Amino acid sequence: MFPKDFKYSREHEWVKIEGTKVRLGITHYAQDALGDVVFVELPEVGTEFAANDSIGVIESVKAVSDVYTPVSGKVVAINEALLDSPELVNEDPYGDGWIVEMEMSDTGELDNLMTAEEYQKFLKEEA
Amino acid sequence: MKKTPLHKAHLEANAKMVNFGGWHMPVQYVGILEEHRNVRTKAGLFDVSHMGEIDIKGNRALELVQKLITNDASKLAVKQALYTPMCLPNGGIVDDLLVYRKGENHFLLVVNAANTDKDYQWIEEHAIDGVAIANISSEVAQLALQGPLAEQILQKISNKDLSQIKFFWFDYVKVDGEDCLVSRTGYTGEDGFEIYLAPDKARKVWYAILEAGKEEGVMPIGLGARDTLRFEARLPLYGNELSEEISPLEAGLEMFVKLDKDNFIGKEALEKQKAAGVKRKLVGLEMLDRGIPRTHYKVLKDGEEIGFVTSGSFSPTLEKNIGLALIKAEHARIGNKIEIQVRGRNLKAKIVKTPFYKREVK
Repeated sequence: MFPKDFKYSREHEWVKIEGTKVRLGITHYAQDALGDVVFVELPEVGTEFAANDSIGVIESVKAVSDVYTPVSGKVVAINEALLDSPELVNEDPYGDGWIVEMEMSDTGELDNLMTAEEYQKFLKEEA
Repeated sequence: MKKTPLHKAHLEANAKMVNFGGWHMPVQYVGILEEHRNVRTKAGLFDVSHMGEIDIKGNRALELVQKLITNDASKLAVKQALYTPMCLPNGGIVDDLLVYRKGENHFLLVVNAANTDKDYQWIEEHAIDGVAIANISSEVAQLALQGPLAEQILQKISNKDLSQIKFFWFDYVKVDGEDCLVSRTGYTGEDGFEIYLAPDKARKVWYAILEAGKEEGVMPIGLGARDTLRFEARLPLYGNELSEEISPLEAGLEMFVKLDKDNFIGKEALEKQKAAGVKRKLVGLEMLDRGIPRTHYKVLKDGEEIGFVTSGSFSPTLEKNIGLALIKAEHARIGNKIEIQVRGRNLKAKIVKTPFYKREVK
């Protein structure tokens, strides 16, 4: 449920770090809280965002929810499979359900994020 | 928060619970899409015990009911039911409800949970001599078994031939040995039944139905799928399609407004509205661009605001993004292209026929 090598945000996003790039998605907890995802709105490749900006929208049957980036940078890839198969966010949130890849402008921002262990603790405190 | 007699059963089933108009209710058990499809193809069991029940009895009961509602209860036989709006003098809708005729001078009104107190007060304000009005909501539990296999399942544990209960009729049936009022009615667009019974028997009958329908694949269904099911069938939801600011003629409920009936509250206003032609109409829409219409989103035509979305969703049956919207009547033409404002962007949509979904009748 909590891949060890990922980092996590308080908004329930995860990032997987590959050098100066991150792959980003929403956590298992977030997809479960949303319920069946039926629509995903993605940013355009090349768009620049600051940390905590909304980069896209995920809609379940009942809810509309923003996706935030926990790091600043430029979108270098989007998961186009989600346009036709938004359910991937539910089925495989840490794998095929990824949302975007960003080229970070400040890798120091990663220090603000939680480890798997810290995120697990954070969820318990929120509950 | 208020709890229905089945609250514990929902927790035992690990339902996701929400606050629904002051009631702690299950929004889903396994997932809205799966539950929705199960009702369309097999059957689903709903706890709708939060609904309100108001009993009207006495030698002038019919007279009072006729004054309150826009439909005509005088044509009801005993053991027959009807759907009707209940209006304000200005034609706005107080609530939409079912009226069951239990006897010549005895009616049961089934009203929306969130409106129960308001409705009871409204009815009390119009009370007449010779009629007893009682809010019996806390003495009645309600289950709904809906779907193409509903009759087959319920028949196994019923002491009467359910095929004899026709659409919008009811009877007194022992279900799993317990006294129930069973009507062939529902809020999903499928065949099925609504079952009224004593709260202390609700849990037993709930589990008996789930057990009886095991083979057929019955499952409990939350309010999430109840909403998408009713929406595809274009059954209005009070607070969305209906309100004190919307008339039944605007909402497309003309067939439930009998203007040839003797005086009833709202008649004059509705007659005027009909003669002048309604200014707004409820329409169905289908998105052409990518996006989901949601309640309160603006509807535009060539950039000019013409109305708002009342309900919108991904449709599990059609697998399209669709909505209902209340718009200026002059734009309410099937095929007309309109725009829906989604997060600041105007997305293309077109007006389509409703209901979006209609079951095949055997």
